[in-house]
Amino acid sequence: MRFTLKMLLGVAAAALAAANPASAQQISDGVVKIGVLNDQSGLYADLAGPGSVWAAKQAVADFKPAFKVEVIAADHQNKPDIGASIVRQWIDVDKVDLILDVPTSSVVLAVNQIVKEKNKVLIVSTGATADLTGKACTPNSIHWTYDTWALANGTGKAIVKTGGDSWFFITADYAFGHALERDTEAVIVANGGKVLGKVRTPFPGTTDFSSFLLQAQASKSKIIGLANAGGDTINSIKQAAEFGIVKGGQNLAGLLVFLTDIHALGLGTAQGLIMTEAWYWDMNDANRAFAREFAPANKGSYPTMAHAGVYSAVTHYLKAVTELKSDADGAKVVAQMKALPSEDKLFGKGSVRADGRHIHPMYLFEVKKPSESKGPWDYYKVRATIPAEEAFRPLKDGGCPLVN
Amino acid sequence: MIASRPVWIALLVAAALAAPFAVYPIFLMKALCFALFACAFNLLLGYVGLLSFGHAAYFGFAAYITGYTAKAWGWPPEVALVAGGAAAAGLGLVFGGLAIRRQGIYFAMITLALAQMLYFFCVQAPFTHGEDGIQAIPRGRLFGLIELGDSLAMYYFVLAVFGAGFLLIQRTIHSPFGQVLKAIRENESRAISLGYRVDRYKLAAFVLSAALSGLAGALMTLVFQFATLNNVHWHLSGEVVLMTLLGGVGTMLGPVVGAFLVAAIQQYLAQLGAWVTIVQGAIFVVCVLLFRRGIVGEIVARLRWLRAGKGK
Repeated sequence: MRFTLKMLLGVAAAALAAANPASAQQISDGVVKIGVLNDQSGLYADLAGPGSVWAAKQAVADFKPAFKVEVIAADHQNKPDIGASIVRQWIDVDKVDLILDVPTSSVVLAVNQIVKEKNKVLIVSTGATADLTGKACTPNSIHWTYDTWALANGTGKAIVKTGGDSWFFITADYAFGHALERDTEAVIVANGGKVLGKVRTPFPGTTDFSSFLLQAQASKSKIIGLANAGGDTINSIKQAAEFGIVKGGQNLAGLLVFLTDIHALGLGTAQGLIMTEAWYWDMNDANRAFAREFAPANKGSYPTMAHAGVYSAVTHYLKAVTELKSDADGAKVVAQMKALPSEDKLFGKGSVRADGRHIHPMYLFEVKKPSESKGPWDYYKVRATIPAEEAFRPLKDGGCPLVN
Repeated sequence: MIASRPVWIALLVAAALAAPFAVYPIFLMKALCFALFACAFNLLLGYVGLLSFGHAAYFGFAAYITGYTAKAWGWPPEVALVAGGAAAAGLGLVFGGLAIRRQGIYFAMITLALAQMLYFFCVQAPFTHGEDGIQAIPRGRLFGLIELGDSLAMYYFVLAVFGAGFLLIQRTIHSPFGQVLKAIRENESRAISLGYRVDRYKLAAFVLSAALSGLAGALMTLVFQFATLNNVHWHLSGEVVLMTLLGGVGTMLGPVVGAFLVAAIQQYLAQLGAWVTIVQGAIFVVCVLLFRRGIVGEIVARLRWLRAGKGK
């Protein structure tokens, strides 16, 4: 009797084992659902926002997947509680398989936990926090376009190498500003440059940067580093133009600036600003073609690196799902994305590292003078290319628990 | 009508118990946290007539304390929750002690200023992790027995805490202490002339309101498993005013209705993108123009008017 019972159990177990992979070898609920979670109304709406939704849809259309793909979107209003509840509901009720884009570090880190717990996929394009591939890394998350470390490293190293070896920092006085300043300073010193001084600006709420800019001017440094973001960066650049700082021979280096910020500032104000980005629309024919399709659908605005990153990330995700023939197991999809080399028309060839960092070259741009600009949105010239292998934080330095 | 009151209460309780099977539980928990917060705020605005414009300070500070004690020191959820509430009460004692010396707009401005100071402290203090917030806070096991990771268990826990807070406010308002508070609201000089030490009553109400706001914030931390700067930002101080006014200031159920409404707008209209804030603003304008007493306040007033009509 016992023997037959065991046999029965064995048969049942074998049947289950056979049935399980069979049921996993397909698209869950018959559709791959992509949820674009970002800021559609606030300060990050221009650089990501509705444009990211468009880019995700375009990537799906260009990929022509063999399965059904649906793209939905929501506005997290830059509040982690709203972002977290949307994501939980998306996964539990709407069966979303991939969470995409996600600006604002507090929202990124909150969503990251949920996606890991529910075993789905998170790909961040607009969010900047380097912790996502550091101590907060998970088997379910990938950081695509850039991070704070890459910006600090790219801007710091490339500027020092092209002659900007003395710096003065204007730093927003909170964790993000401190991190940018610390990372950039380390790179500057390592490459033989020196930091002549730094000043901390109260955050949030500083609107008058004049005394800080005068200190920076008096330091006679070649480069004034802006370790801040958003409205602080815009205000400090505007006021620097009013003081004639760039015309006086000093250059401003923005550590977190997007194309749409330059558009808002205008070339007259922003000229001479140096910054690192992952992608620019006017670099090759494929990028220009993408921008020409993007602009009419997005009120004439041109794509930022965040938008291009979304396109590139969705393409690679769909490739991995096609390969696996399944989207059910988030960690498996991410593992597949790490195993496959990535290639698409915007980011070219690349790869995803063990800690979830997508690896590609970064570029150091300088904002053109108004006289150099030949048309709408013609804002950047390339000052240096940072090769892929130098662009991101070395794997061992991040402290990601997945890497041992 | 009076006979049917227990029936209504029973229906409400039954609805609350059954709700997570019909509506998404995380949303319900969030709305309940905001509802408790709005009720605590309403205790001050509706029953003492004090408009505090810095209530997010108590909500958010408690959220950080609960998050930190639960994550860094591994305190069980119920202890972390009480720690959060106690921290908020302490903060309320200090802030309230300063603010109640002034009245009207000056009172509101002092509370706002103190709350902003706390906000800047939270931006800078290392234990809050700045704009990243404290993340991945464990929900833990309630009394070492009930696993709160399960969202249904968490919901009933939140509901129980909300119910306790709500009853506490209900009892406070209908106690002799509450009667004195209402007397202060109606005519402070007369209350003083009757021999009440008005400042002590106001401070006690302020501390109670701060403690319950803190409890709501602490609860929210356990629900979402993070504590961030949004919880101490003045936006939230504004939102709680909005919830209370929408629902009906000075009514027991008003803030609850207002909190559910605002939470639902933020959650379910998130797909509309830029329209969320516009819709929220439009609803507020309509409410202010059409129902001056708030939704519940207006319904109560209509019922009273009908009953008075029948009486004739």
